[in-house]
Amino acid sequence: MGKAAIIAQYFEFLRHNKKWWLLPIVLLLVLLGALIVLTQTSALAPFIYTLF
Amino acid sequence: MHILGISAYYHDSAACLVKDGRIVAAAQEERFTRKKHDHAFPANAIAYCLREGGIGADDLGLVAFYDKPFVKFERILETSLAFAPRGIGTFVKAMPLWLRQKLWIPDLIAGRLGYKGKMVFAEHHESHAASAFFPSPFERAAFLTIDGVGEWATSSWGVGKGNRVRLMSEIIFPHSLGLLYSAFTYFTGFKVNSGEYKLMGLAPYGQPRYVRQIYDHLIDLREDGSFRMNMEYFDYCAGLRMTSPAFERLFGGPPRRPEGPVTEREMDLARSVQAVTEEAVLRMARHVKKQTGEKYLCMAGGVALNCVANAKLLGSGIFEDVWIQPAAGDAGGAVGAAMIAHHHYLGNPAPEKKSGNDLFSGAYLGPSWSDGEISGFLTGNKLPFRRLENGELLDRVAGWLDEGKVIGWFQGRMEFGPRALGGRSIIGDPRRPDMQKRMNLKIKFRESFRPFAPSVLLEEAPDWFETGHESPYMLLVADVKGDKRVAPKPGDEGLQGLQRLETQRSVIPAVTHVDFSARLQTVSAGGNPLYYALIRKFHEKTGCPVIVNTSFNVRGEPIVASPLDAYRCFMRTGMDVLVMGNCVLLKEDQPDQPGLAQPGPHPETKARAGFINDIREDVRGLDLSGRNLRKFGLQTGVLLIALAGFSAFRGKTHPAAFAFAAGGLLAAAGLIMPGALRRICMAWMTAAFCLGWLVSRIILTGLFFLVITPAGLVARFLGKDFLDMDFRGAGADTYWVAKEVRKDNSYEKMY
Repeated sequence: MGKAAIIAQYFEFLRHNKKWWLLPIVLLLVLLGALIVLTQTSALAPFIYTLF
Repeated sequence: MHILGISAYYHDSAACLVKDGRIVAAAQEERFTRKKHDHAFPANAIAYCLREGGIGADDLGLVAFYDKPFVKFERILETSLAFAPRGIGTFVKAMPLWLRQKLWIPDLIAGRLGYKGKMVFAEHHESHAASAFFPSPFERAAFLTIDGVGEWATSSWGVGKGNRVRLMSEIIFPHSLGLLYSAFTYFTGFKVNSGEYKLMGLAPYGQPRYVRQIYDHLIDLREDGSFRMNMEYFDYCAGLRMTSPAFERLFGGPPRRPEGPVTEREMDLARSVQAVTEEAVLRMARHVKKQTGEKYLCMAGGVALNCVANAKLLGSGIFEDVWIQPAAGDAGGAVGAAMIAHHHYLGNPAPEKKSGNDLFSGAYLGPSWSDGEISGFLTGNKLPFRRLENGELLDRVAGWLDEGKVIGWFQGRMEFGPRALGGRSIIGDPRRPDMQKRMNLKIKFRESFRPFAPSVLLEEAPDWFETGHESPYMLLVADVKGDKRVAPKPGDEGLQGLQRLETQRSVIPAVTHVDFSARLQTVSAGGNPLYYALIRKFHEKTGCPVIVNTSFNVRGEPIVASPLDAYRCFMRTGMDVLVMGNCVLLKEDQPDQPGLAQPGPHPETKARAGFINDIREDVRGLDLSGRNLRKFGLQTGVLLIALAGFSAFRGKTHPAAFAFAAGGLLAAAGLIMPGALRRICMAWMTAAFCLGWLVSRIILTGLFFLVITPAGLVARFLGKDFLDMDFRGAGADTYWVAKEVRKDNSYEKMY
């Protein structure tokens, strides 16, 4: 299961548990998570982090 | 079909391989990485399981994970919402691991394992239940699982029958018997998640004088064993401590400092929380019996390692028989997840259970080394040893035990679970009054208030201990028989507290606790023939069918796995003899400073601040293969060249020339000789990890105060009770919550 499928399943989970109100928090966390995951083993990480 | 079960990312990561429903191999990651309670991805344990099964990742039919990551994540978010603006420390500490690893588990497993097939996810307590029921000797039984917390559940019960386990009811976080015990573990100065058994060992010294206070203030325990906790006294939801200032006021002062003196207060607290735990377990068991009508009970979850409570439960006669999963903690979840995949997801029939024996192979499910491999290791390292045939070996070892020598006993497959059961054990003579002190201080390097466990011949056990029940996994206590006890010497009656340990109270003092109890392992000829034969030989020589058995490790270190680990432990401690297979090593023969015997840094002294540990973990996980180094060289090279072009465009020729040269060199090295970039890559990525650590925490702190805190405050203002923390539950009859039945295809979901 790739990362996109995992994210899709997470939204399915929020729908299943009727917890849409968690969505804004989760969206922000997922964006942060994606940043961390995509850069964690990348040599480009120092260049990207300096943008913050 | 082969199924791989995995438990990881909480504590005690482990892997288990099941073939056609039979457990082929199981091991904890800590044994290979030598990092106690290692929670990292169990790459080594998985590699071992696949090796033992003679297969590769491509041959796996399924991979099963032991919990539902999304549901656990939901609990963590809602706990933050329930306490914000408190809890920033917990949030910032927990989130990076979630965002980097735990939420992406299927992708991570596929990547690390090279596995392309399906994954299934069992619930945490369902995994515990399956790990207890399917390998048990029972065709049908009730089960009870009690631990700290899984997704939301902290305890559950239900029924196992044929090829199904069905969870009926559960108790929900933050109300947790496991966390109550851990809170007292913390407060009495021991380490949470590993010091609980020390608290249990301390209990017999104390008086239960805090029991009333615990019931009045901390826990509302109902007749059916369900309970609620008063969260005013606990801080584990939002703080980085287990107990709150109110807890300190209730029990007269701050927690004991680790390594500080153990006082009467700690002894009494230990005894009191032990009494409350036993009462809760007994009430739960009565309720489960009443609800299910089953004859037998299976147990798992960390609280099921409380062998004093287990013995009370068995002795109560509520159930005719009880079977406890030997790896009752999270490691055992790997077994349960694989079992769920085999029986629930694939619908395979129940295992054959005609013999009355369990299907857990005595917990000997880990790696083994043949005699040839052991002697090859010893010869290769020029270590002096003798090889003895079985008959002579047993005779000599029994003789050495009789002489008071302490022996490292490394035989066959390593045990799965926290107990050493004669595969990776340190053994000694229990009759010697100085043996307990000697083994504690010179070999285990630990507090001396805990007694050792006895291994006793199964058929002799009733003559020495008040027991009629097998205890092959050391999960029950039993009292030493009256005729084996000795009267205290004049002057001993006046001894108080830990001094009482120095009193000889039986003919086997090294294994007799101050209340005459012993944590028993019964050894049968069928269960472990060699270990049985050794104790039999010791019995013939001495008339005593009992030996001391403690795990083959020193304090703070995992049990040894390999001959190298065993040799290192042997040389670091006061052990006299090491027996590995048929190879015997005497301490006096060993060279003074062989390179491989250099003691490594003591695992407990390695604990450092989170930052250094996190970066160290990241660097440890770096992929430094040629392919990756080439990618690194090209990426950084091209980027530096691009930066050089940009600088040149802005007229900054010197920096541009430097960046161009560096970029060119990196790119060229990446193409021609990527191996040369190894050190540069490590240094670069270490800098990247440091920067990432800092940036992610700054962002998370902002997120916590700008998003989580306002959302939590508004929701609570509008009446939302995220965690149902109402102590005493507004007159509810029970705190058990009925479990909803889910469809089978939910196993493919991470929720």
